[in-house]
Amino acid sequence: MQTLPIVTSRLVGSLVNLNHPGRYVHWGFIQLSVANLIVIGAMVVVFAAAILIPFRRHGGSDR
Amino acid sequence: MSIDTRTPVESPDEDAADRPEDAAQWSARLRHSAVDALPPERLMPDRQPSYVASWIYVFGVLTLSALVVVIVTGIALSVMGPQWWHVSTTGLFVNSLHLWSVEVFFFTMIIHLWGKFFMAAWRGKRRATWITGVVSFVVSVGAAFTGYLSQQNFDAQWISTQAKDGINSTGAGAIFNVTNFGQMLMWHIVLLPLVVVALVGLHVLLVRLRGVVPPFAPPGQTGVDVVRESAAPESAPPTVTNGERP
Repeated sequence: MQTLPIVTSRLVGSLVNLNHPGRYVHWGFIQLSVANLIVIGAMVVVFAAAILIPFRRHGGSDR
Repeated sequence: MSIDTRTPVESPDEDAADRPEDAAQWSARLRHSAVDALPPERLMPDRQPSYVASWIYVFGVLTLSALVVVIVTGIALSVMGPQWWHVSTTGLFVNSLHLWSVEVFFFTMIIHLWGKFFMAAWRGKRRATWITGVVSFVVSVGAAFTGYLSQQNFDAQWISTQAKDGINSTGAGAIFNVTNFGQMLMWHIVLLPLVVVALVGLHVLLVRLRGVVPPFAPPGQTGVDVVRESAAPESAPPTVTNGERP
């Protein structure tokens, strides 16, 4: 029953190769990993989407 | 001769605490003040003000949901132990759930924080709500940090040896030794979760008590009622125009 996890891990591994040291960006004294930068970028995108995308309301005019 | 085996209660109504002679008791006073501040319809309302119909208001409850998954998976890990979460397939899965629910917890909490910051959510006597949120965030960082120290792998060793100099430079290393696995595990599974859950619980109660902060009034309409109120008049917070409650 170990086949499924192995297949899954290889599928994911073929999409994103993580078998290397982490990459970092340097900006003056600021050092940030690319992984963290991607997460921060995703948070900004989701924050903007949460404000811009209309919220679907249920029926009823008072809500 | 018959024996009355019933519980000696005069009547159900009289059994309820609200007798005049009991009014001075601390338990009666505490109960009355709690019910007055948070009646059931306000504690769990059926409706929210119309301005809550925005995705940005969803991230608070998403954070709460992630916290529930963190706690439940953490309890499962505590019950089953290290061999289970390191070796068995199910244990590895629950261990991963624990990690990724923490990632979701912080992801959604940061967006919740940004949203509330730009709403100036401390308006209208909501300072305590804001402060409990901020302190919960800080304590959660500590809970996550001690969790990374409790992984029992090279990552945990690396983090602890990197962190010890920083902690020692603050002087806290004497009582908070990040290379002491037992101490970090206890902080992670006992002390900090208790504090986080207590603070989050208080935060949610304050949100129910003060209501969700309304948006700013449009320019030129300060003082005009621009907010349509909830359909539950008794449970809804008072009509708000510029963020200040009466």
